[in-house]
Amino acid sequence: MTRPDSASLSHFTLDNGLDVVVIPDRRAPVVTHMVYYRNGAADDPHGKSGIAHFLEHLMFKGTNKHPKGAFSEIVSELGGQENAFTGHDYTAYFQRVAAEHLETVMGLEADRMTGLVLADSDVLSERDVILEERKMHVDADPASQLYESLQAALYTHHPYGTPIIGWQHEIEGLTREDALAYYKRFYTPENAILLVAGDVTEETVRRLAGATYGRIPRRNAAPVRQRPQEPPARAERLVTLTDAKVEQPTAYRMYLAPSHTTASGNDAFALEVLSQLLGGSSSSVMYRELVVAEEAAVNVSSWYRNDAVDQGYFGFYAVPSEEMSLAVLDEKIDAILARVIAEGVEEADLARAKTRLVADLVYAQDSQAQLARLYGATLATGGRMEDVRDWPAKIDAVTNDDIKRVAGTFLKRAQAVLGHLKQAA
Amino acid sequence: MTASPLKVAAAPSTRIDRVFSPLGIEAWLVEDYTVPIISMDFAFVGGGALDAPEKAGLSYLMSGLYDEGAGPYDAQGFQERLDDLAIEMNFSSNRDRFEGSLRTLERNADAAFEMLALAINEPRFDADAVKRVKAQIVAGLKRAETDPDSMVWKAYSAASFGDHPYGRPDKGTLKSVPHLTRADLKATHDRRFSRGTLKIAVVGAINARQLGAALDRVFGALPATVMHDVIADVVPGGLDRRVLADLDVPQSTLAMGRPGLKRKDPDFMAAYVVNHILGGGSFTSRLWTEVREKRGLAYSVWSQMSTARHTASFLCGTATSNERVAESLAIISDECKRMAEAGPSAEELNKALKYLIGSYALRFDTSRKIASHLVEIQVEDLGIDYIATRNAKMAEVTLDDTRRAAERLIGDGRMLVAVAGRPEGITAS
Repeated sequence: MTRPDSASLSHFTLDNGLDVVVIPDRRAPVVTHMVYYRNGAADDPHGKSGIAHFLEHLMFKGTNKHPKGAFSEIVSELGGQENAFTGHDYTAYFQRVAAEHLETVMGLEADRMTGLVLADSDVLSERDVILEERKMHVDADPASQLYESLQAALYTHHPYGTPIIGWQHEIEGLTREDALAYYKRFYTPENAILLVAGDVTEETVRRLAGATYGRIPRRNAAPVRQRPQEPPARAERLVTLTDAKVEQPTAYRMYLAPSHTTASGNDAFALEVLSQLLGGSSSSVMYRELVVAEEAAVNVSSWYRNDAVDQGYFGFYAVPSEEMSLAVLDEKIDAILARVIAEGVEEADLARAKTRLVADLVYAQDSQAQLARLYGATLATGGRMEDVRDWPAKIDAVTNDDIKRVAGTFLKRAQAVLGHLKQAA
Repeated sequence: MTASPLKVAAAPSTRIDRVFSPLGIEAWLVEDYTVPIISMDFAFVGGGALDAPEKAGLSYLMSGLYDEGAGPYDAQGFQERLDDLAIEMNFSSNRDRFEGSLRTLERNADAAFEMLALAINEPRFDADAVKRVKAQIVAGLKRAETDPDSMVWKAYSAASFGDHPYGRPDKGTLKSVPHLTRADLKATHDRRFSRGTLKIAVVGAINARQLGAALDRVFGALPATVMHDVIADVVPGGLDRRVLADLDVPQSTLAMGRPGLKRKDPDFMAAYVVNHILGGGSFTSRLWTEVREKRGLAYSVWSQMSTARHTASFLCGTATSNERVAESLAIISDECKRMAEAGPSAEELNKALKYLIGSYALRFDTSRKIASHLVEIQVEDLGIDYIATRNAKMAEVTLDDTRRAAERLIGDGRMLVAVAGRPEGITAS
């Protein structure tokens, strides 16, 4: 049996510029086939928010070779599962099939890299689907609406402040021409990453990729992402959403923070450990103090968006206890942060957070689909294969001084965006 | 693509061993050292439906407290030890079962089983932990008060099952949860769990002898059997009724359904194929095509065979703009009736079987998926040869079988309909 570890991974580039990653895992006779394009919602043209996500939906509408519905029917008849997703930095498509069907799905995916055909009627009904998708995820949920406002407040200039699905009034105006223009700009071999994980060898993938994707002519230069960059944050902001539908108030907080791509030194690794330390589990510092000891909150959690082409962010949310006000809860969070910045954390807490993070990568070895997504996201946001390999050692090397430094540098209340979700009186 | 003859995909080659511990506790084991981890899933039959009406949510609360202190460890001590060793331990409860899962690195297996033994046998239910977890559940219940999905299923279940335990929210209510006590938890812990209702599956870097010892350590002290209250079988009701849950949002969430077929019904597999063609197969189903692809009425539309220990339902759902609810409802209802009357076409059947047979292997590519599937097979009492024979049985489903199953599943098409939102032109009845 082949162990799905970094030693058996391979990474190469076809003549037309397509990046290829092979992640062998021979335990089950199935493969996960993914294509990541290095463009996402943050590359939507100004005024056309939602076009990356809209195009992701339209990619299922067919080509001359595989007209309407054929793609999904073929995948389904192979016993395959498929889907797609759009982020701010990438758009990805995947199928999971028995290993013997890999060539077929490669052929299908290669065909729609350049062969998409769109009818006006399909575009219009799909736009309605997306408006319903937005209603489902945002319009019915005050917490999602607050989250959109927080993102918009945090990123005042960079398109990370715009929702991936787009603003409703701009979705309503998106056209077939918008979708095709975006498609022609970004859907090229130089802009794509192919990942195959599962019961497969590098040699097989080389052969099949050459016979499918390899036939697509190169476009010469990869498309360039043109994004305005975020200026430094100079003001604290409080964003409040009050709605009769809010039954459970919640406090949020976000700070701009470097991503792995933009960070200097080991800042991004230290921020990952910091996030795990502060609110990554029920043994974390904030949970222990705010939830267990003080009973000021019933839950608290932190997260750090680190896999981004441009600047990422660090966030918390806390659900207050019955009698606790959001403002007082905010102060309690500040007090903990001030102490961590001044004194660092207990060595046992630091060690535990690192153990937990590093183990996650071991657990990820159990899932070919998860590994494919991990490498796909890393490469699509400017990282390298070695970054995944070296990640455990870099996490392990984070010290208490690193924690104090990144907390002090990036988690300043004077630059924070606070969010309050409140019930209408 | 032209319809080609059906080729039966090989049964998954995963080797499953029945392991019996020295004390006679059975577990299904897939021994595999590719990745140095061990995944265990287990289920005790008997869940929230056993909670007394005034104690609704007791099982759910208990599942939240199993990793909040046990034996010598208080909640923080317990959580810290799990995290120190990167052990993942989760418990959950639904209407019919109390379930647990454990995931550990091979090198920490001894400690992981030791912690699981403490959680199962000596949960502390400390007062502060009970208070904390209750507060977390109450916060979740408050959010659910205005969440369209939660609202619609709460209304649907109440109308479908009435006074039967399945009609009650198994996470409890804002009225019941605050009154649940440590004494309730202790009493339930002592009389709910036994080796007799326990099903276990383990996948990963462990052999039969090591597993046998671990099983006895974790589960060996449980009583051999316990008596549970008898839960009556129930036929979902409320057909032709429409129940509304008012929420001021632009989109309505719909849940609709009627009695379905039980897991052991001889037509279950044929009905499963029918459901796949109607609304189970995500990008190719009739409902997907009619509601989403042709008309853009919804992002999500589906149908499902829902089975529980004491009932079975056939369910459909979607979410669509308030002004388009009547249209969506009519289309879903028409498609259900069309399927009941004529069944699928030969081509649809052929394509569905290809998917259902070919995709079975995709359930066997991670340890956790395998463990969860093996517990499911045991709880449903399908036999250890189910994995080897399932695809061959599926391939034998004929057009006549699907016509008969469609008629039995959907019948006259009468349904209970629940809507959360402000649907236009829809009134309660």
